[in-house]
Amino acid sequence: MSDRRLGISARVDEAIRHHGEETYPHECCGALVGRGDAVTDTVALPNTTEEGPRRRFLVRPSDYRLAEQRATELGGELLGFYHSHPDHPAKPSQYDLDHAWPTFAYVIVAVAAGASQAMTVWFLKDDRSIFEEGNLHHGENSHSDPAQTVHG
Amino acid sequence: MAKILIPTPLRPYTDKQDAVDASGATVGELLADLTRRHSGLKAHLFNDQGKLRSFVNVYVNDEDIRYLQKEQTPVTAGDTVSIIPSVAGGVDTVVDERRSDLGRMGEPLTNDEVKRYSRHLIMPEVGVDGQRKLKASKVLCIGAGGLGSPVAMYLAAAGVGTLGIVDFDTVDFSNLQRQILHGTPDVGRSKLASAKDKLHALNPEIDIQTYEVALSSQNAMQLFAPYDVVVDGTDNFPTRYLVNDACVLLGKPNAYGSIFRFEGQASVFATKDGPCYRCLYPEPPPPGLVPSCAEGGVLGVLPGLIGMVQATEAVKLIMGIGEPLIGRFLIYDALRMRFRELKLRKDPDCPVCGTHPTVTKLIDYEQFCGITPAAPEPIPVNHATEITSLELKQRLDRGDRLKIIDVREPNEYQINRIPGSELIPLGDIPKRYGELNPEDELVMQCKSGVRSGKAADFLRSVGFKRVLNLKGGILDWIDKVDPSQPKY
Repeated sequence: MSDRRLGISARVDEAIRHHGEETYPHECCGALVGRGDAVTDTVALPNTTEEGPRRRFLVRPSDYRLAEQRATELGGELLGFYHSHPDHPAKPSQYDLDHAWPTFAYVIVAVAAGASQAMTVWFLKDDRSIFEEGNLHHGENSHSDPAQTVHG
Repeated sequence: MAKILIPTPLRPYTDKQDAVDASGATVGELLADLTRRHSGLKAHLFNDQGKLRSFVNVYVNDEDIRYLQKEQTPVTAGDTVSIIPSVAGGVDTVVDERRSDLGRMGEPLTNDEVKRYSRHLIMPEVGVDGQRKLKASKVLCIGAGGLGSPVAMYLAAAGVGTLGIVDFDTVDFSNLQRQILHGTPDVGRSKLASAKDKLHALNPEIDIQTYEVALSSQNAMQLFAPYDVVVDGTDNFPTRYLVNDACVLLGKPNAYGSIFRFEGQASVFATKDGPCYRCLYPEPPPPGLVPSCAEGGVLGVLPGLIGMVQATEAVKLIMGIGEPLIGRFLIYDALRMRFRELKLRKDPDCPVCGTHPTVTKLIDYEQFCGITPAAPEPIPVNHATEITSLELKQRLDRGDRLKIIDVREPNEYQINRIPGSELIPLGDIPKRYGELNPEDELVMQCKSGVRSGKAADFLRSVGFKRVLNLKGGILDWIDKVDPSQPKY
């Protein structure tokens, strides 16, 4: 267990769940924007994987840039990414680990038969050996704006 | 000196700076200098083999270096180099849990193994690590025939730790011209028993697993699951599609090869990002259009060369070295001694490996290839128009006037023939049938009865009334009437 925590508001929580249910049985993906350890906004991004979106997601470089740009526009920074695991637990896969970036928060929401289930957050250990689970904090968020969703 | 833009997740390794300077004449040199200055970056940018990780994109002034000269892309002062992430992930499906862990390291080498593999070990590209990867690897050969023979022998010699072989045939004299796993004393034995003896003598250090079954949609997934690489040495379309689809579904690379007469083909299919056999051939050819080696023949040395390409690719995939034959289709012409290479792309609409696959489990491949397994004969036969070898012999002995027309090729006619038969190859029948007398009773004959059946149908269609087809062809004649003649 990592000692890192990530705070998400009810609106951010809802936006991620909604996105995962909407794209079910395919994986959804998007960026997390905020400050420090608090996510204030989500940026929904298209899943551009060519390997079968039921079990893979890919945010291509152009969409990554878009996410960075949105983060700046929203006055925050890019804190990480979220994606869904359709009909699979909210635990990072070996594939997730193999493709992980350090520092970023990886939020995973399980979606079973179209309904969102558990949501977790994970951080890559610096030596890339494992993902450590962080503390996903569903607290009140200082940010009052609704979670923003834009489609790249 | 060029400026490198650092993405958010890597800034902790550059003292929080979003742009840093580094020097070098190419992107490769620049990145090397960058990781020297900021050593924490290295593990996140490069994999264990020192290659840029797949999700790390490097742009020089907004151009992806993959479309420039990759890491050799020149950089001049004033250029802006950006590192831009792709973010990828997904679930571990059953498929992924079984996905081969290519490149995992096996047990340390014993002293005997060090001696045996010393010519590998002294090459830095292989070394002890590469040999241990081979030792940990598991390769499944589909078929112990023309292609499977050289593949299995060289992979066994190279030290592939577990070698599986699927075959259910017995060794026949006609195999020996090319299937070098088997020798003259093996004729009549099961190919697997013969293969196991040969391979064990060659390398007792490795584990040889044999599966005496016909590969089918029912057993393929289970058979393939424990293996890292599958080597397709099959000789027919239903099995070829079956091997391809099972490899795609399981995420196992397929080192593919095929041979016919003087031409061979090879490629590596079903890798993570590469195309599969169906991206190249979405549909099988109509049944009967492409002849098999048994019908059309094959140059005996040809499978040696194509099998070696397959074995080479398997070894490279396992060790993670070189440039694999992925997305490239190699065509070899033995007569002209030429190699050609076609570029292959992964088809996003491919029914099995595309974005929205329609084939998500194994299907009935006989049916897919237009072969109906229920039919006992490849061509519907009217029994009233057939004659058996024994009936033919009795009628000839009785002195009936029968004219036997052999529709095989002249080189086949040289090997064996029914005394008194006349040679008119199938392809010549339409222009030469005028030589035949429609009043004669004709017996059409070929090797096994398929071609002569076509010739008989043709003659009937142009008005011949008394045409019989010799059932089972000359092979049956030799079995039942004249065992003194050779078979091929």
